[in-house]
Amino acid sequence: MTDEADNLFLIEARHLAESLESGLLDLKNHPQDRALIDSVFRDLHTLKGSGAMFGQTELAHFLHDFETAFDAVRDGRLEVTPVLIDLALRACDHAVSLLVDSGAGPGTPLLAELGALVSGKGTALPDWSLTFYLAEDTLVLGGKPEVLLDELRGLGATRIVPLTDSLPPLSELTPDQLFLGWGMTLPGKVGEQAIRDVFMFSEERLRLTLTREIEAEAPDHPGLPVESVTNPARDRAMMRIPAERLDEMMDRVGELVIAEARLAELAAGSGDPQLIAVAEDIQRLATGMRETTMSIRMTPIDSITGRFRRLVHDLNGSLNKPIALEIEGQDTELDKTVIEMLADPLMHLIRNAADHGLEPPEQRRAMGKPDTGTIRLSARYSGAEVVITLGDDGRGLDLDRIRARAEERGLIEAGAEMDEASLRALILRPGFSTAASVTELSGRGVGMDVVKRTIEKLRGSIEVDSEPGHGTRVHMRLPLTLAIIDGLLVEIADERYTIPLAAVEHISELPDDTASDGRTTRFLNIRDQLVPFLVMRDLLDSPGRPGPHQKVVVVTSGELRVGLTVDRIIGSSQTVIKQLSPLHSTLKTFSGATVLGDGSVALILDVPQLVAWGQTLDSREAA
Amino acid sequence: METVQTLTRPRTTVARSEWDMVTLRLGGELLAIDTAMLREVLEPGAITRVPNAPPFATGLLNVRGTVVPLTDLRIPLRMPVGPPDADTRILVLDLELAGSPAVVGILAEQVHEVSKISAATLEDVPAVGARWPRSYVRAVGRKGDRFFIIPDIDAIFAAYLAEADDAAPQLS
Repeated sequence: MTDEADNLFLIEARHLAESLESGLLDLKNHPQDRALIDSVFRDLHTLKGSGAMFGQTELAHFLHDFETAFDAVRDGRLEVTPVLIDLALRACDHAVSLLVDSGAGPGTPLLAELGALVSGKGTALPDWSLTFYLAEDTLVLGGKPEVLLDELRGLGATRIVPLTDSLPPLSELTPDQLFLGWGMTLPGKVGEQAIRDVFMFSEERLRLTLTREIEAEAPDHPGLPVESVTNPARDRAMMRIPAERLDEMMDRVGELVIAEARLAELAAGSGDPQLIAVAEDIQRLATGMRETTMSIRMTPIDSITGRFRRLVHDLNGSLNKPIALEIEGQDTELDKTVIEMLADPLMHLIRNAADHGLEPPEQRRAMGKPDTGTIRLSARYSGAEVVITLGDDGRGLDLDRIRARAEERGLIEAGAEMDEASLRALILRPGFSTAASVTELSGRGVGMDVVKRTIEKLRGSIEVDSEPGHGTRVHMRLPLTLAIIDGLLVEIADERYTIPLAAVEHISELPDDTASDGRTTRFLNIRDQLVPFLVMRDLLDSPGRPGPHQKVVVVTSGELRVGLTVDRIIGSSQTVIKQLSPLHSTLKTFSGATVLGDGSVALILDVPQLVAWGQTLDSREAA
Repeated sequence: METVQTLTRPRTTVARSEWDMVTLRLGGELLAIDTAMLREVLEPGAITRVPNAPPFATGLLNVRGTVVPLTDLRIPLRMPVGPPDADTRILVLDLELAGSPAVVGILAEQVHEVSKISAATLEDVPAVGARWPRSYVRAVGRKGDRFFIIPDIDAIFAAYLAEADDAAPQLS
């Protein structure tokens, strides 16, 4: 077997295992959901099948027995209970460890537990009634119906009768064509899949019906719908593509966008209407290409929420607190790189919320709250950003304790005057941890500062909001994509800079009387609000003196705003973000660079940093 | 196969006795740089100033769609800095920065030629009397009647990055 095939199998198997796990967790909440049971079963079955195909015999064996147990659920012989789900989740974990290491053991105890569960609950089920007709050319092709019949007998088939209703008139009868069908009864305890498996190699043009002989009076599982089509349409038109190819594609589109900008500039300069028309066509195509490519990379949040639900399930047990996880806006999509990098910080926040945020049940009851603590993860679009909020309905942040801890750790001076927001922001600082007792869960040396750093690496921002007694909410704002953004190109002292358009709230003329007096910030009255503004020429150490008609670009980050003075607005354009090299990555003013239409490089202003800078000046001046 | 060799450019100079090196003028001195790390030589085009950047790396340029930092070896080598003129060129080098491959540009006052330099003509940096920081120079050699310096490019960039890490420049 080639490594590539091996890899593909692993990727596929991981994916299946994840889907299986999430199916099981869903099933825990909706034990009667027929579609969920089927989907769990399908995942198990596919995983087993591909495991066997790739020579993962240990895995295939284990899964086979796991599947047998689940077959009982599918047939309604076994009820979905929390015990079963828990066991199945552990079996799922075992399957994953077998994927990584075939020496992980046969998992016999798990299988024994599953088996006990099945046989303990086994109730008499109505017998199966089976009829089947094989393809007419089965005999010509060397098929042996008697072998199938023997196998069915092995399963306990009785009352086997040939069915002749498909026989043509004698004049048309050809002896080497198979017109016969068979009907029989099979014991109810036989799993449906076991019966279907008999026909695994005869599926072509097979007509098969499989029904329970007498509909059981099983109020829990009314009807037990059993499909009578041989092969459920399983393969939708989907393709799995290695992630690197998507990255490569995005790079190409980036180059295309730059070349297109260049063409547009040349065309505009030439004044040739034909050339301009072509350039406009290309521009439209490039924009479409960019949008399509980005949409391919967009991944819904629910691709990682399975892990969170599992985590909460496990935390329920280990913390001895009943916890419910509510997820809202699962369909919200982000660039796949962003999603992947988001998983760990969110896991950490959930652990924190469960461990520090939520009170023990007794305490909750005393406060008039429901015993079960709720952790809520929500995602929604907000302009070109996605806002992800992780909240809990626990005790909220204790600002006095935060202050005490920060003073103790030397993060702030004793008695320093701070507003609530700044106090809350302290928990994001490196070297801060409020848990009085270091628990197994949170005391791992990974703190909120790591969360903050990851979010910032994704060009996002993070904010903590809390209400004593009512819980804590962490808001994370993230850009939809890391690769290409719409940028506003501005000119400052004959140099060009790009501002992410999504952050731009407002552009206006700078009133002449505020234009020059040497200080770096002042305030601007915008819709009756005082907005601090930064004189970009000073900040960027630009040569020369500002002209008469300065503009102010008001940018926002979170709830905060700052104005940036520029000489001229050039316009908006698609901006391919290039990371700065390590030589320049310590410069906080810029988040990256981009190549402009004329081939020159423009720096991209880092809005959250500038806004933060504006705020510190704000408080310094106010002080 | 050749690509593999250039990617794993030898870090030590022990095994070889002769190198292809490009010679250039900088700060009035002659420098030689191994062509194994040289990607191309460009005439300076549009260079974007990076505000608040330290004098070693004040610019950015576009090299075939890649944004490349422009550096000035005269700063770490403590050489006099003059304004660019018609002979000024940019050498685009493949390096490793902070453990990952990177492309950087270095300024040259003038680029001469590529020539073979044999180990026999090289000498260690004299312990005393050298004008440049010793740790930034790998060896000195002689070409005809002129001396040339082989700068330790890796050491120069590593030292710069270490410094930048220590004193991350903030907005000021």
